[in-house]
Amino acid sequence: MNVVVPFEGIGASVRRKEDPRFLSGRGQYTDDIVRPNQAYACILRSPHAHAAIRGIDTAAAKAMPGVLAVFTGADMAGIGGLPCGWQIHSKDGSPMAEPKHPVLAEGKVRHVGDPVAVVVAETRAQARDAAEAIVVDYEVLPAAATMEAALAPGAPAIHEGAPGNICYDWHLGDKAATDAAFAAAHKVVSFETSNNRLVPNAMEPRAAIGDYDTATGEYTLWTTSQNPHVIRLLMGAFVLQIPEAKLRVIAPDVGGGFGSKIFHYAEEAIVTWAAGRLGRPVKWTADRTESFMSDAHGRDHVTKAELALDKDGKFLALRVSTLANMGAYLSTFAPSVPTYLYATLLAGCYTTPAIYAEVKAVFTNTVPVDAYRGAGRPEATFLLERLVDIAAAEMGMDRIEIRRRNFIPPDAFPYQTPVALQYDSGNYHATLDAALQAADWAGFEARRAEAARRGRLRGIGCSTYIEACGIAPSAVVGSLGARAGLYEVGTIRVHPTGSVTVLTGAHSHGQGHETTFAQLVADQLGVPLAQVEVVHGDTARVPFGMGTYGSRSLAVGGSAMVKAMDKIIAKGKRIAAHLMEASVEDVEFDRGTFRVAGTDKTKSLAEIALAAYVPHNYPIEELEPGLEETAFYDPKNFTYPGGCHIAEVEIDPETGQVQVVNFTAVDDVGRVINPMIVEGQVQGGVAQGVGQALLEQAVYDAEGQLLSGSMMDYCLPRAEDLPPVGVATHTTLCTHNPLGVKGCGEVGAIGSPPAVINAVVDALRDYGVRHIEMPATPQRIWSIIHAKRPAAAE
Amino acid sequence: MLAPPSPVTVEIIVNGTPRRACVEPRTTLVDFLREHLGLTGTHIGCEHGICGACSVLLEGEPVRACCLFALQVEGLSVTTVEGLAPARGELSRLQNAFCEAHALQCGYCTPGMLIACHDLLARNPRPSEEEIREAIGGNLCRCTGYQQIVDAVKLASGQEAAHG
Repeated sequence: MNVVVPFEGIGASVRRKEDPRFLSGRGQYTDDIVRPNQAYACILRSPHAHAAIRGIDTAAAKAMPGVLAVFTGADMAGIGGLPCGWQIHSKDGSPMAEPKHPVLAEGKVRHVGDPVAVVVAETRAQARDAAEAIVVDYEVLPAAATMEAALAPGAPAIHEGAPGNICYDWHLGDKAATDAAFAAAHKVVSFETSNNRLVPNAMEPRAAIGDYDTATGEYTLWTTSQNPHVIRLLMGAFVLQIPEAKLRVIAPDVGGGFGSKIFHYAEEAIVTWAAGRLGRPVKWTADRTESFMSDAHGRDHVTKAELALDKDGKFLALRVSTLANMGAYLSTFAPSVPTYLYATLLAGCYTTPAIYAEVKAVFTNTVPVDAYRGAGRPEATFLLERLVDIAAAEMGMDRIEIRRRNFIPPDAFPYQTPVALQYDSGNYHATLDAALQAADWAGFEARRAEAARRGRLRGIGCSTYIEACGIAPSAVVGSLGARAGLYEVGTIRVHPTGSVTVLTGAHSHGQGHETTFAQLVADQLGVPLAQVEVVHGDTARVPFGMGTYGSRSLAVGGSAMVKAMDKIIAKGKRIAAHLMEASVEDVEFDRGTFRVAGTDKTKSLAEIALAAYVPHNYPIEELEPGLEETAFYDPKNFTYPGGCHIAEVEIDPETGQVQVVNFTAVDDVGRVINPMIVEGQVQGGVAQGVGQALLEQAVYDAEGQLLSGSMMDYCLPRAEDLPPVGVATHTTLCTHNPLGVKGCGEVGAIGSPPAVINAVVDALRDYGVRHIEMPATPQRIWSIIHAKRPAAAE
Repeated sequence: MLAPPSPVTVEIIVNGTPRRACVEPRTTLVDFLREHLGLTGTHIGCEHGICGACSVLLEGEPVRACCLFALQVEGLSVTTVEGLAPARGELSRLQNAFCEAHALQCGYCTPGMLIACHDLLARNPRPSEEEIREAIGGNLCRCTGYQQIVDAVKLASGQEAAHG
């Protein structure tokens, strides 16, 4: 009888193993967890962007019903500040300004939302009530809510030790060569742009529960984190001085992150510390307004960019000068985002021989800014792909042709850029061709004409992008200022009867790792998918890990699993050789079966596992029992996904409303393990990119009040705002990791914003529009149309 | 400050079973479900009725459980995500379609999305793409970009297969 086994290995769109629990309401997110005798924390936050604290009166709050304790910065004196994980050096060699980031404010608040005090009470409502009864005597100081204000002469000093509110003044590239190329150029095209500040808005608000076992002295923190081991290291070593062995960090089901849950936040330290003080579990859950004013924001650059071209449209040099907003404090990885995750990407897909970028990072009285989906790469891609379109227009060249003329050719890999990176593989012509065909670029003018007959302005735009992910070689990032290694850890545990548990230091908060990793391991070890379980997110179960961000989980975490499986197979061969009385060199392994080469003698992985755990007939003198292996994989290079995104938009000239009517993404993400999941990642990334291009912006007023501080005021994309998105992949393999994978989590958010804006500018071509800033809101567009329209009769 | 009013006993029929708890009058329906009944499938995303994560069916109609007091629905019938499956260990046709079409990633908005889509299909068994997008227009999802949710609803309503 033939049993049809559905293909569930590498390349199959296997349904997700995690879905049943999420679909039936059985997920377990941090706020779902209830610890016995749990108390609740409410954080009192600054209502001012910049103020000195003259006094805090907590007496009334302490007397409120149910209140267990009220803590202020004075109570936490002696606790370390929140550490920064990346040190940048300025042009002159000096280290960046790195002011202390206190867990609770110490004498001063520096942004609206800065934590000032914490109430712990029996119930959440009691904690909130009591927080309102705390009286803080603020002396309000002038605020610098924008980079312009922070850099103005006489601007308020946000930190001692950061003169002029400058964090660092950094550069990359060959200035002399770049200047020389500009001096000799046929044409120079320049523009200025800002990259809009975004609020990540994962649907699950951040939450944390601290617990302390008075008998063992062990702390446990449940937290909404993308990287629990990193939180354990940062909080244990730098903030609370708790040894790793006494601190367990669990990141259970996490409802989206997009970067905002990478960082070590004050609330994690507060609940852990308070649990120790009170001897009770302490839970804190953000409400959405707290998320807006305490989750790290993203982007927020102001840039001047110039491109030098020869008469044929070849790019000769690129010069970029950027101001990057750090917010009020340095969040965990903030300094790396506008430097090594940004300026290193300015070559894009092009052969530009000389590039020089300078980046000034600025403190302002706003929420800290850090990595948000794409982190630096969307900012680089936006300015580059806008600049290329502007250059094409001003050179009288076709937008596609100018790109083709400057592409790094497919036979030029590995390709060393002038901004530090060496791309290992890619085929930009192929992804462009595939996208042009899928989007019917050639047929666009007919659609434009048809739209015009309906009174609509239709435009089309593309972006051809590259990004660097799969972060990162530890020695390389160490030399660039990272204070951590960026390897990943995987353990493969083959159980006595042959089922497998995979422990990974990567963390899934929507990416479907429990499925993709299981597929990978099932495929390589020849075990049914149902017999592979993936464990992540718990420092007590997983040996170590660096977590999930920068599209690294499969490229780095998956490679660690491959390395661990290699060890399993090597050991299995020795056991199999013993059992089958053959020499190890003669034993082959293929998908679950050990075979003596050229014979019909075989042993299954399950038989080998049983022998390993019941070692009665076993080479016990030379081999330990058991079948479990751990590997640390340190990548040899970044990976370089790339591709082409094409947006088609229609504008209603009466309202200025932009509708993206079509979107095509053709991405090279390397080998694809689960096409369904890859498509989901691209779809979601494009949605966030379209959100940035058309809808989203964090807005502060001059006093530093966050005007877009709720979902009423901050416009997130809804189903009716988004077009049908066509997703396809074109694969060139990564050459330096064992899977050939590159990463797919961020490509959507990186490639799409310039494609949308290029389309909007194209739609407005009759209005003489050269550039339009994000978000391209109806008001912005209506104003352009209205200003350019001949005065109509009233 | 005035002392808070005394707790009151509230009884609500949740997923077909009368459930009773003694709560502060200001307790919202979502807190009643999550904190007092341990039904944590219903999620809180914004606490101001914008994101739809906390959607439940009240007498068959979708409502925001963060914007209602438990007291307001005393004696009424509420269905949560835990009550959508036909039997323990099974999934409804819609839930299965969400899995088939990869209509969820982090899972946080999913209970509210399921409620919105369940309601749509109850009213309109074969909705168009536009009708689906309108029906889920009050529910925010930050992960999927919605396309695969639209595909799932089509699949559940017997229209075209989703991704293969």
